[in-house]
Amino acid sequence: MRIGVLCSRIRAEEKLLFEGFARRRLEIEKIDDRELVFDLAAQPRRFDVVLERCLHHSRALYALRILNQWGVPTVNTYEVALTCGDKINTTTALIAAGVPSPRTLIAFTPESALEAIETLGYPVVLKPAIGSWGRLLAKISDRDAAEALLEHKDTLGSYQHAIFYIQEYVDKPSRDIRSFVVGDETIGAIYRESSHWITNTARGGRARNCPVTPEIDRLSRAAARAVGGGVLAIDLLEHPDGLVVSEVNYTMEFRNSIDTTGVDIPGRIIDYVLRVGELEAVPA
Amino acid sequence: MATAVIAKCPECAADVKLAADVEKGEIVPCSDCGAELEVVERDPVELRLAPEEEEDWGE
Repeated sequence: MRIGVLCSRIRAEEKLLFEGFARRRLEIEKIDDRELVFDLAAQPRRFDVVLERCLHHSRALYALRILNQWGVPTVNTYEVALTCGDKINTTTALIAAGVPSPRTLIAFTPESALEAIETLGYPVVLKPAIGSWGRLLAKISDRDAAEALLEHKDTLGSYQHAIFYIQEYVDKPSRDIRSFVVGDETIGAIYRESSHWITNTARGGRARNCPVTPEIDRLSRAAARAVGGGVLAIDLLEHPDGLVVSEVNYTMEFRNSIDTTGVDIPGRIIDYVLRVGELEAVPA
Repeated sequence: MATAVIAKCPECAADVKLAADVEKGEIVPCSDCGAELEVVERDPVELRLAPEEEEDWGE
């Protein structure tokens, strides 16, 4: 099987995946997104499957679009990246599938955003539609802060920062839950604990094993299906009314979750990649 | 046990010790100046300052 791994910076996760492929004596071709040139009319089909591990959402998105257009199966697909890479698309997909998520309002001007914030009531959370690792999240506690932040984002940010994604603040118990879904199975979950309201491990949140309860399993798989399925990390919040899904990540990081959960996460990803490659392979 | 390889830090010129199986594209810290360095060539190993985090980076 001809396997490509699309990547840029080699993180701990990519090294673990490369080691996993090597242990199985599977040859892979590393495709550096910085060296890629796509001839859109050429439509070559050099790979039976490509695992996408880019750091840049924009590069991942367009590369997957082109590869899928050429008939190359990818993990994950372009549609999944399109849905998960933009929080507005993610929340829309979750709601369409009946998956509980925090109440979210979208506005396009500082004035309408302020109105939306006051509709939800303080505190609220403002998130960039595209972004990761807890970057540029803002918890807004009063009108003064809201007005200042909206003006700054409108004036200083790119046009994307004037698309306002305003979310109910969930008063969670100093942690959130991240579950890992591969195919239609929840393979494990961790608590991300922090005294800060942002619990991402990239921001210092500590990982601890979280038993996969029937509710976590059901919601995680429902969220994965809602965005198109594949290899996904689901962020869940313990809302006073029950678990809600806040985000779905399509190029998940897992370095802190292998020992924590006892699950061979890179091994499970490789199993899935091989299944996709075998199912969709066409004769060379 | 793989033998370590040595390369120069482009920021402070210190010797940076790397695992022999270091990957192209991997990020390593310089233990002297703390700079984040990217492995841009493996044979021989060449380092350059790692790019700053960009807005659409993530998972």
